[in-house]
Amino acid sequence: MNVSILTRRPEIGSILSLIAVIVFYVVFGGVNLGKLAGAASWVNLAANLGIVALPVGLLMIAGEIDISIGAMIPAGSMTVAILSGHFGLPIGVGIAGALALGLLVGLVNGLIATRTTVPTLIITLGTLMAVQGIILSSAMLLAGNASVSLTPPDWAKTVFGMLIAGKYQVIICWWAGFAAVFYWVLHVSPLGNWIYAMGGDQTSARNAGIPTARLKIALFMLSSTAAAFVGICGAIQFNSAQVSGGMGYIFNTIVSVVVGGVLLTGGFGSVLGILVGTVTFAIVSQGIYFTQIERNWSNLIIGVTLLLAVGMNESFRNFAMRSVRKKPRVRKEIAAGR
Amino acid sequence: MSDKAPILALRGVNKSFGPIDVLHDINIEVRAGEVLCLLGDNGAGKSTLIKLMSGVHQPTSGKIEMDGAVVALPTPRAASEKGIATVHQFGGTFPLMSIGRSFFVGVEPTKGWGPFKVYDRKTANEIAVKAVQDFGITRIDDGDRLVGGLSGGERQSLAIARAVHFGARVLILDEPTAALGVKQAAHVLRIVNEAKRRGLAVIFITHQVMHAMAVGDHFAVLIRGAIAADFKKGERTREEITDLMAGGETMAGLEASIEGYMADHAGHPPPAV
Repeated sequence: MNVSILTRRPEIGSILSLIAVIVFYVVFGGVNLGKLAGAASWVNLAANLGIVALPVGLLMIAGEIDISIGAMIPAGSMTVAILSGHFGLPIGVGIAGALALGLLVGLVNGLIATRTTVPTLIITLGTLMAVQGIILSSAMLLAGNASVSLTPPDWAKTVFGMLIAGKYQVIICWWAGFAAVFYWVLHVSPLGNWIYAMGGDQTSARNAGIPTARLKIALFMLSSTAAAFVGICGAIQFNSAQVSGGMGYIFNTIVSVVVGGVLLTGGFGSVLGILVGTVTFAIVSQGIYFTQIERNWSNLIIGVTLLLAVGMNESFRNFAMRSVRKKPRVRKEIAAGR
Repeated sequence: MSDKAPILALRGVNKSFGPIDVLHDINIEVRAGEVLCLLGDNGAGKSTLIKLMSGVHQPTSGKIEMDGAVVALPTPRAASEKGIATVHQFGGTFPLMSIGRSFFVGVEPTKGWGPFKVYDRKTANEIAVKAVQDFGITRIDDGDRLVGGLSGGERQSLAIARAVHFGARVLILDEPTAALGVKQAAHVLRIVNEAKRRGLAVIFITHQVMHAMAVGDHFAVLIRGAIAADFKKGERTREEITDLMAGGETMAGLEASIEGYMADHAGHPPPAV
């Protein structure tokens, strides 16, 4: 693989950002690399964030954004806790209910997005608020409390909320599984081409016969269901659900996806990039505890990393477009009298 | 199917949007291996006419015929299934996609079985590169390259090669040379000639008379929504066509005086008054 092919990849900027962050922490923070690599804190954070970042990244490649995931995470926890904790229904019913709510909210987002020309930032801002309201009032009405407890059976605890080796959340395995599926969809199956085309030029994509409306609705359903899934896992792991929380995920997923080389306006990005972007974010925010740097600085470092990564992604993208073996060919053409 | 019947013909087509008449009694036809140039100034109704032929709009009255039979083109999809391909100035290609992926958007070649069908990148790249090279664009040799790295002329060529590869019989080119430099435009004109040689019917929309005259067999000048003139190659001079497009004003006279001035003043245009 030569250099020009490498620089054409969307994830190159995110890999360099990750290296830069680690080097910064090692040089200025005196981080022990072995300790950092084995630490559970950032892997757990990355897994929770990553499961949402993957579908949000696909949506962004398709030219859309979904911030209602910030409400869908507590909504997922609360639904499973109310159904299985408060009403004592089987955990399977609670999980199915939470996932169904995710599908429904995604369907609403997708339908509004395809039937109107309102930007999806505004649409999902609306559903973000609406879902928050629904969750708070249903928790108060049904359970009488903003915090609902849950006692999941052992099998559910093992599958969704176990700690491997006492510190690694089992959700890491789910993240790996989801990443493999998303990789297959975006880069191996023909469906991936449709997502890129949709983000590149929606009108042309539709004229080429791609069912853009259905695809968009499916992507919205995927992202809110993934958020609900993260909420379910949280409720099962901690035996309770709160109505608050989840808002941090909105910005954190966007930072992860954008650092990962996905173009905010659509048409460019990769699953590997989203993964590396998520890991970069997790290491910046959790790795600071392994340094002698005062941890109040961590948001400054995240901000600078974001800007650096975006700058690099921009230059690499331009470089990718220009990476043409032009000169020798032109001479040949002139020599051939063309 | 006789050779004489036009592939695509518009018979007495009118189009109005509410109270506004945009196109009035349009009669045009194009045969296989023929280039019909639609000339007209901005606002003459060229884009509406293209949209009628590519299934975006429906005529208010009048008929669209293909191979002598009346057809309906309710959607862009229906038009492309009948072999009418429209190539817009930059449309149809995706700047951040590879040449191979862009070429096969919506009709990706796959290998494998059932739900495990896999996008066949190698085949896609090979076919796309060959299709473009057959049109004489030998500089495109790597299907993994991003479309955004191509010049405007190459992107046009890619879009035209794509349309031809997927069985287009009528090629509608919407101002393909408008944003291009002299050399790039020549490139595109060569490709138009190649499409014509392959027996496609080409409808070439432009307001650049020189470009139209380089490839056109048949010309129609559109003024305020009506065909103002309809003539064959060699029947009119460039000056006459320019005058027609400007609505009968003596554009050609103005152009000639500017050129005369430039000839006398070492190539400098006259100063602005």
